[in-house]
Amino acid sequence: MEPITTFTGRLAPLPINDIDTDQIIPARYLKVTDKNGLGAACFSDWRYNADGSPKADFVLNRSEYQGAAVLVGGHNFGCGSSREHAPWALLGAGFKAVISTYFADIFRGNALKNGLLPVQVDAETHRQLISLAEEDPSAQVTVNLEAQTVTLPDGRSVEFPIDPFSRYCLLNGVDQLGFLLGLDEQVAEFERLHPGRVQTTAS
Amino acid sequence: MTTNGNPPKTLFEKVWEKHLVRPQMPDTPAVLYIDLHLVHEVTSPQAFTLLRERGLKVRRPDRTLGTMDHSTPTTPRNAAGIIPVTDAMAAAQLDVMRKNCADFGIPLYDLGTSNQGIVHVIGPEQGFTQPGMTIVCGDSHTSTHGAFGALAFGIGTSEVAHVLATQCLLQNRPQTMAVRVDGRLHPGVTAKDIILAVIAKIGIGGGTGYVFEYMGEAIRALSMEGRMTICNMSIEGGARAGMVAPDDTTFNYVAGRPYAPKGAAWEQALAEWRTLPTDDGATFDNEVVLDANALTPMITYGTNPGMGMPITANVPDPDQLRDVSQKLALDKALRYMDLQPGQKLLGKRVDVVFIGSCTNSRISDLREAAKFIQGRKVADGVRMLVVPGSQQVKAQAEAEGLHEIFKAAGAEWREAGCSMCIAMNGDQLQPGQYAVSTSNRNFEGRQGKGGRTFLASPLTAAATAINGVITDPREMMN
Ligand code: SF4
Repeated sequence: MEPITTFTGRLAPLPINDIDTDQIIPARYLKVTDKNGLGAACFSDWRYNADGSPKADFVLNRSEYQGAAVLVGGHNFGCGSSREHAPWALLGAGFKAVISTYFADIFRGNALKNGLLPVQVDAETHRQLISLAEEDPSAQVTVNLEAQTVTLPDGRSVEFPIDPFSRYCLLNGVDQLGFLLGLDEQVAEFERLHPGRVQTTAS
Repeated sequence: MTTNGNPPKTLFEKVWEKHLVRPQMPDTPAVLYIDLHLVHEVTSPQAFTLLRERGLKVRRPDRTLGTMDHSTPTTPRNAAGIIPVTDAMAAAQLDVMRKNCADFGIPLYDLGTSNQGIVHVIGPEQGFTQPGMTIVCGDSHTSTHGAFGALAFGIGTSEVAHVLATQCLLQNRPQTMAVRVDGRLHPGVTAKDIILAVIAKIGIGGGTGYVFEYMGEAIRALSMEGRMTICNMSIEGGARAGMVAPDDTTFNYVAGRPYAPKGAAWEQALAEWRTLPTDDGATFDNEVVLDANALTPMITYGTNPGMGMPITANVPDPDQLRDVSQKLALDKALRYMDLQPGQKLLGKRVDVVFIGSCTNSRISDLREAAKFIQGRKVADGVRMLVVPGSQQVKAQAEAEGLHEIFKAAGAEWREAGCSMCIAMNGDQLQPGQYAVSTSNRNFEGRQGKGGRTFLASPLTAAATAINGVITDPREMMN
């Protein structure tokens, strides 16, 4: 994974509460066996008409939001299914961060493991960001992972929370699996002390 | 439970602490050992790819089980007894699953074989799911297994790779919420109605960051199937896991199943399981209380499981809501559902009735629905699908003749799988159609692009199928 430190990008507003992962990437696109090509299907049901043509008024189809790097979603973003295809699709659609007032647990964890930053801000900042994005699509924000801040065009910086371990991994471009693999001896010791009752391979 | 001087603990704390390979530290989450890892075809391929790229093997194939359920067809078998897979992408995904399980030595319940089924149905059915275990799967409804007093939750595909390679997960400790349901359910009101009422009360994000423990007289009185229905939908309230303390109902269910402990091992297990329930005096971070006596059959009217109400109620009015974003959300939902504020749902025509999914596709669900359907006909113009949760459920239902009851009524009797719960396999609503469904999600397009879902219990679904309009099952019970 590429290390993430700081980036600047434009906003795309999608101020809808409880955006579930079935909207981010509908289940019929989950028959893939890799992570590629999901960007085109991101928000498919909101983005395309029945004949496959783009819905002109949907934010991802509007010319002024092309190339936006930060999606500003509503409260409780990413609820529903555990599909990691959701952050894969958002990354595929060009996003590096999602800003919301609240993220669903599994989505937050999945996003962090893929370098898509879940940036949680207070309701007032969120309102400002939505109006900013709607009024001036060229406005940019800077997300700084090291400092855990998002900086608005007026220069104001707002902090966002992120667990220290995920932050460390993202800043250094290492994935979490490496850490677990390094615990091999401790795991073996645990297994020796806790033999467990279930054996799926027994018949 | 009393604690003989030790600090009192909740069921969750006991299971959590027993599985810590390494405690949570200021800079690192806790490392949790996983007893059982269930794997299905949709959320695992990319995890196996990662293992191959890194030259890793599966640490404990003997703690891992594969099944096929999400993208599998549930159409009847052909003359050769095969379930044909006509969707090329689904067929390729199933082949990848076969290859992955074979290459890494993981036992697999292949499509159509006698134990195959929905991942959350087969675990308990085979006796893999036991009290006090940690259980994960790349699937948010893994919370189902918490009904046994296990800590069970859904994970993403990166975490699937973590567990395959190390049998461990990095987890920050969640908070606990007691969900107490006092009193007794009236006839016609079921476990499904309890959980829909809980979610309507707390909202779909209300449980985020928590593990629920369901308790109280009404929970104790439920069968294991009912408890699974409730734990299954914990995630629809935002909680990754829901648990019920194990008791004799639990032990009687587990006893004698193929992978349950036997003989002396059973006695030893039982002694340990009896220490699991929350100690007297243990505290929770939060609590919500419901009165089962006051519950009626529930139904959802909107596009998330928190938008639920008593079946006799009227659809709420966005203009009555103070919060602007909630108003917008309800307005958007009602437009998608094409419903009017203040409208009754009773008497509304539906096109499809779906009985199935990991929420309500177990033998008791099918028995209850069949009792309703027996001697009656599915209304003209209504398509009814009955999809057993597993091949074992299907075989049991057929041994009891339930399939004949459904078929005689005009319903479709299917092979086991997720089917119209997720609409990946061709079983789907057409745009604009209405369905009463016993599944767990009514998100836009969940059961097919443009389809509209009312979530309800198997009883409400069966009553609705017969009348062709949304029906309070209590009206048909005497
Ligand atoms: S039945 Fe539905 S909710 Fe359950 S595992 Fe299958 S797709 Fe997921």
